[in-house]
Amino acid sequence: MTAGVIRPMIGRDSRFFWEGTQVGELRIQKCNACGAKRFPPGPACQSCEAYDRGYDVAAGTGTVFSYVVHRYPPVPGKELPIVIALVDLDEGVRMVGEVVDVSDDEIEVGMRLRVDWNRIDDELTLPIWRKA
Amino acid sequence: MSLYRKAAIAGIGATEFSKESGRSELQLSVEAVRHALADCGLTAADVDGFTTFTMDTSSEIAVARELGCGELRFFSRINYGGGAACATVQQAAMAVATGVADCVVAYRGFNERSESRFGQVSLAAATQVNTNGLDNAWSYPMGLGTPAATVAMQATRYMHEYGATSEDFGRVAVADRRHAATNPNAFFYGKPITLEDHQASRMIVDPLHLLDCCQESDGAVALVIVSAERARDLAQKPAYISAAAQGSGVDQYVMTSYYRDDIGIPEMGVVGRELWRQSGLGPDDMQMAILYDHFTPYVLMQLEELGFCGRGEAPGFIADGAIELGGKLPINTHGGQLGEAYIHGMNGIAEGVRQIRNTSVNPVPNVEHVLVTAGTGVPTSGIVLSV
Repeated sequence: MTAGVIRPMIGRDSRFFWEGTQVGELRIQKCNACGAKRFPPGPACQSCEAYDRGYDVAAGTGTVFSYVVHRYPPVPGKELPIVIALVDLDEGVRMVGEVVDVSDDEIEVGMRLRVDWNRIDDELTLPIWRKA
Repeated sequence: MSLYRKAAIAGIGATEFSKESGRSELQLSVEAVRHALADCGLTAADVDGFTTFTMDTSSEIAVARELGCGELRFFSRINYGGGAACATVQQAAMAVATGVADCVVAYRGFNERSESRFGQVSLAAATQVNTNGLDNAWSYPMGLGTPAATVAMQATRYMHEYGATSEDFGRVAVADRRHAATNPNAFFYGKPITLEDHQASRMIVDPLHLLDCCQESDGAVALVIVSAERARDLAQKPAYISAAAQGSGVDQYVMTSYYRDDIGIPEMGVVGRELWRQSGLGPDDMQMAILYDHFTPYVLMQLEELGFCGRGEAPGFIADGAIELGGKLPINTHGGQLGEAYIHGMNGIAEGVRQIRNTSVNPVPNVEHVLVTAGTGVPTSGIVLSV
């Protein structure tokens, strides 16, 4: 097992998200001009072309759209196997997340999940998902 | 104006395909280019252009130096991993068709097993300082960081939506390995598998078994592209390029286009529609196909996107050996990347040329047109080769 998890590249357009995870908020980008929500975030609204970007804090609940059970090869900072899902958030956006405390034969499309937090260190907290 | 039959692949060349080449990636590419030039009776002095993948570690000028080429007039690289394969031919074809260059060589060479293994989690991909690296921030830190895992995510959904099974994926592996078994250049020469072997192979990332995943290989392939007119004067029967296309879908990412409604591979639909438009041909005109097969589920999805069958119908389409020699659409007659080698799709283009020349070890009768596709899950490309 290698030392730590792969750390996300963070830029001007995504920093708000990672600042949110540090304080226990799952922040979804929202256009300040038209209100369109978006994940992953970007600097320009795809609906109205505005650059004025804001965010909402998601409720932190969602549904499994798809999933995998990763068994091989090794993943830095992870004890295998791990369950990883595409989670459709109730706010209407989709994200990738590790699902913990759900076994490989229990995970299924449609399962309800809630977000939790995996604090790596002072600078990084990853969202993780548990059975709701 | 159209690219239809304006250019041809005149020469093909390759190194051996192995798990440890014992020489540099640059040397592999140089050897493959020399073989390709010799194949069609040209020399390094004739080459005035090169195309390759953005990912290739050997620059066009480095290859040119080793070959002793003269001045180059055209050089171009295509992004997005294996999605570049057929686009290297497309850009070469556009260059020779417009007179920008006379003789362009497309090449790809790597020690992808003995040095940088693509099947592993790539820290470099996750930390690249560009928008691809920023995109990967939404998957790699969460533990989703191998090609197999990113494909498995689509495979689970495909199974859920259409009732496809692991056995359906396995039939692709069985077909590829059957074809590799009679190809002396294939790594898995003489080693066919059964569907039971596929099912018994260990799980890598559920729902993918080991035998759903392509090899990691060392080797290189090169292709010589010249105008159709010039090709007719060279040593080999030309493989005319009837169409050559790139494609990217809406809300496209590299291997993680998960945020759009359709998490399949609509980018290959873009390529297919463009190939049929340029060539005036359609799926029924293809006697066979080389479908990029780094992972078996993508072969099923490609058959649907390219119009060989309807959405969700690929499991039925490939049943009863339809994609094996003797079937209605034999694919990957060299053994594919599961059976021959994983040279990022370039070895499949070479097989397409051999089928047009009727020199394949697994010849398909009466081939007039061969569809060849490039890497899936990424912005991709395709070509139609014709007699």
